[in-house]
Formats: sequence, structure tokens, C-alpha cells
Amino acid sequence: MSEAIVDLDQVVKTFRKGREKVEVLHGLDLKIQRGEFCALMGPSGSGKTTLLNLIGGLDQPTSGRISVNGERIEQLSSRQLAGWRARHVGFIFQFYNLMPMLNARRNVELPLLLKKMSGKERRERAMTALEIVGLADRARHLPRELSGGQEQRVAIARAIVSDPDLLLADEPTGDLDRTTADDILDLLNTLNERHGKTILMVTHDPAAAERAGRIVQMDKGALAEAA
Amino acid sequence: MMGSLMLVGKNLTRTKLRTLFTLASVIIAFMLFALLGGISRAFSVGVELAGADRLITLHRVSFIQPLPLSYVQRIRGIEGVIDATHQTWFGAYFQDPRSQFGLFPTELEELRRIYPELEMPVDQWQALLNNQTGLMVGRAMAESYGWSVGDQVPLFSSIYPRQDGSYSWPFVIEGIFTGAGNEADEQQAFMHYDYFNEGRAFGRDSVGWVITQIEDPDRADEVAQAIDRRFANSPTETKTSTEAGFAAGFASQFGNIGLIVQMIMGCVFFTLLLITGNTMAQAVRERTGELAVLKTIGFSDRRVLGLVLAESLTVAIVGGVIGLALGSLAVQGAASVMAQFFPGLAPSVGALGWGLLLAVVLGLVTGALPAWQASRLRVIDALGRQ
Repeated sequence: MSEAIVDLDQVVKTFRKGREKVEVLHGLDLKIQRGEFCALMGPSGSGKTTLLNLIGGLDQPTSGRISVNGERIEQLSSRQLAGWRARHVGFIFQFYNLMPMLNARRNVELPLLLKKMSGKERRERAMTALEIVGLADRARHLPRELSGGQEQRVAIARAIVSDPDLLLADEPTGDLDRTTADDILDLLNTLNERHGKTILMVTHDPAAAERAGRIVQMDKGALAEAA
Repeated sequence: MMGSLMLVGKNLTRTKLRTLFTLASVIIAFMLFALLGGISRAFSVGVELAGADRLITLHRVSFIQPLPLSYVQRIRGIEGVIDATHQTWFGAYFQDPRSQFGLFPTELEELRRIYPELEMPVDQWQALLNNQTGLMVGRAMAESYGWSVGDQVPLFSSIYPRQDGSYSWPFVIEGIFTGAGNEADEQQAFMHYDYFNEGRAFGRDSVGWVITQIEDPDRADEVAQAIDRRFANSPTETKTSTEAGFAAGFASQFGNIGLIVQMIMGCVFFTLLLITGNTMAQAVRERTGELAVLKTIGFSDRRVLGLVLAESLTVAIVGGVIGLALGSLAVQGAASVMAQFFPGLAPSVGALGWGLLLAVVLGLVTGALPAWQASRLRVIDALGRQ
């Protein structure tokens, strides 16, 4: 754990609410090492999701530097960021956000549509990702035919299918019961430990955060490392 | 590419009923477009077939007012004129008075010279010229009535009784002509003027209009003015125009068909634009979250714009092609039944080409706004809304 895959330096994010400017992040410094499983906790409105958006290249900081995998992403254009996200980041959402008209395999294939590869190769890689999350036998099922836990597994397969360096999970267990949530956390642990994925997970759930190797607390736009 | 097309297809089929209704409205609009294109062609075909070196001289007041037969000879003497003949509307029908067709008493030898596009075997020409009751009919007309050379057919005139008071005129079909290179209307027939003139109960030595063949089509206006000047201040003043001008004027008696067609299609497509545009906009609004997810995983603004545009283009082009094909089939079907009323009724290739172009424009216009909105969508706003 010697190399920082995520390196934030004095990151400030300000939103405009009407005429008023609201500073949500106040000069954050944060390093996440390659291969780390980091949980980001904090009360609602503390700026967790904003931070996740910035690290994932979905939004730009007002000031400061964000380096991910050695690339200064705050300097990239919107188009460059789209390409960068496709190559380097996998996203996992609280509500899975699967395409309802596509079956599990097709959902997993989505990020691969952006890469130059044959349909056969796409299918094979999607099936491999589904096997990793234990859902190969549900490949042809539509999202409505799957349970919440299974949907989240498909979403995780979609996040890892293009083999990104970094997985960003926003409350991945927030919509699941305890047992299913544990299964998902087990899967994230496996991805981190066995497949070497760096994971940054936003969560409200202390039990979920406990599964991460490192917990970072946020409050009012500032960071505090947990014990 | 194939993967993106799969995505477009899946999006279109997710709400099957809505897509079907939208497709149906596009199909109906383009079917109407092909139908009206065919009808418009039927009214303008006379203009297309008109000879550039022929003038038509009518009574100045109305084309139903006759001209004296002597005008033909006087026109022949005007400078720039090669030849002249005449025709008269006979008002002919075979058995059903509602099915009138174009039968024209004329000087058949001059007709042969002035209209070289009317092609007929020499022996048939000879037989026709030798028989006063001989009739030459177009191939399409002969086929539609089941006539062949040698048949004796009684035709009726809705205008001219014979001297014995009968409206029935006996004929022998002596020739069946074809239009060389499709340049003549084959839904018409010609008879000897002398047979008509000597047999009719009234209107002797008058003709409907005079057809003049001129030396130089570039001098058509000049010759036309010379003809009208020749008969100025006489009891029967004339109005001369090119054959194309005459055909256009004849068609315009039914109204400005082209303008009417354009206005109807304008209304149809404006409504279609609103319906399809609204459907597309609604479809995109419902998928705001999904589009945001696509962007999150790396779809660029341009790619998202392309996906939405591809959907609207698919609906417009698929619907347009089906509609145009069905419309063309309907025109073909109608043409076989209504050949005697609309000899030029046929699918218009020009209209089909414009239809395809219109389908592409429709797809682009209806998809433009939703596609632009989708491409401008901010991921964090869209996902924050969920």
C-alpha cells in the first residue's frame, strides 16, 4: 500500500443556491492507496456524495487538485471525463440503476459497448463478470425478475466488467435487508482482497463501514479519520 | 455499433403500444403522401407529355366554345407554322355514361404528322384512313375495354346527336396505338372529323381547338401572339398557348392540385411533428435516470445524442418506408380501376424520393430537441432527482 490511487489536494466545492454560494467541501486533502477498501461515513449533507462525484469525474471541483491513478481529472473536459470514467471507474448505486428492458447479461455488457470488441468477446466478458458475482445462471433474466440483492450483484458485475482501477459505491447496501447486505459486502470484500480492486464506499451503516479496511468520517464538508 | 443499435431497438420496443401508435401515425401520413403524390401526378401528366413544338388555340372566352373550321387553314398560313390540325371533345362513353373518355374527331393524317409519338403499324394506319367509321384507340384504353382491331363498337356521345337523333355512333376499331417512350396518353381515341362533321345534328364546320406545330419552340410566344392577332376583333377571338400551358390550364380547372396537395400534406406533417415530437420528448423524459447512468459509465454527450436521434430516425424511416410502400400499392390498385378517369394515375417516383427525404427530416426534427436535452443532461442532477 505504498501508492495513492486517489489523491485530493485542497479540494473545494461550492454550489450556488439562488444568489447564495454554499461551500460544501472546505479544502479537502485525502489519499486512498491502491488496493484499499475505504468507507466514507458521515451524516446527511456532510458532502459524502459530492466527494464521490468529484473522485468519479461526475463533477468538477471549484478549486484544488484531484489526481486519480496519476491523472489530474479536474483538468479534463466533459468529453474526456466520459472516456476516462469508462476506462478507470466502476460505479455502484444504492438503487442499482439497471436498464429495465435489458437482461442481466446485456446490462453488464453496457460499459463494453464503448470499447472496440466483438459481440462474442463482449458476451464472454459479461458472463465472466456475472460468474464472479455468482449470477451466471441469471444472465437471461430481466431486472424485474431478480431480487434486490441479485440486482445489486448485476450492478456490481457491470461496474467491474471493464476491469476499472477504482470502484465507487454509493450506499450499495442502503436498499437491502441485513442478510443480503452482508452478502453484497462479502462480494465487495472478495473484489478487494482477491481481485485487488480499490473501493471507496459511501455508507450510513456502521456495520457496512466495519467491513472496510479504513473508515473516513466526514462532517460539514471536512474529513476526520476514524479510529 | 451493433451494440448501440441493440440499445436503440430495446428502447423502442420497451413501450410497444406507444411505439406502434407512433409508427401507425407515421405510416398513415406517408401513405397519404404517396397517394396524393400519385393524384397530383395524374393531374400534371398532361403537362409532362406535352410537346414543346405544339401550340393550342382555343376560343378566347372558354374552351367549350367552338372555333370555325376555317381557322385551321388560316393558321397554317402564319409564319413559323409547319402544320395545323384540330380536335373536338366528343364526350364519348361506351356503355356507362359516367365513364366518359377522350375521343377526339380530328384530321387523322395531320394527327399522324404532328404527333409522331403515336405509334401504330402502317397497315393499321392505312385501314384507318380508308374507313370513315374507323377508330384508333390507345393501347391502355383497348386493354381496359377488351377491344382489339376489327371489333365493331357502338360509342355514345353525351353532346352530339346524329342527324337521326340517335346518340349512338358505330365504329370499327382499325388501329391501336402506343405512346413511343411513354410520351403519349394511351387512354384516348381518335376518329375521322368528316364522319363526325357530316353525321352530327348541329355545330357543323366547327372545331373544339386547333393544334399548331411550329418550326422553333423558342419562338412559341411569338407565333402564339401572331395567331391571336390574326383573329383579333373577329366574332371568334382566340387564345393560344403552348400545349404544356394548355394542359396546365386544363388541370387548374380542378383547382391548383399541387397547392392543395401541399397544403394537406403541410397540415398532416405539422400534426405528425407535434405527435412524434411529443412522444419522443416523453420517452426521453421518462428515461432521464437511465440516460444519466449511461453517462456515468462513460457514454459521451455525443453518443447519448446519437442514441436518441437514432430512435426518432428509426421510427420515421421505418414508418415512412412502410407508408410510402402501402401508398404506392394503393395508387397502383386505384390506377387499374380508374384508368379511364385518371390515365396518369401512377406512383410518383419523384414523390417517393421526396417522401424518403421527408422521413429523414421528420426523424431529425422530432428527435433534435429531446436528443439535445439528453446530451445536455447533468448526471448529478439527474441521479439526484431519483
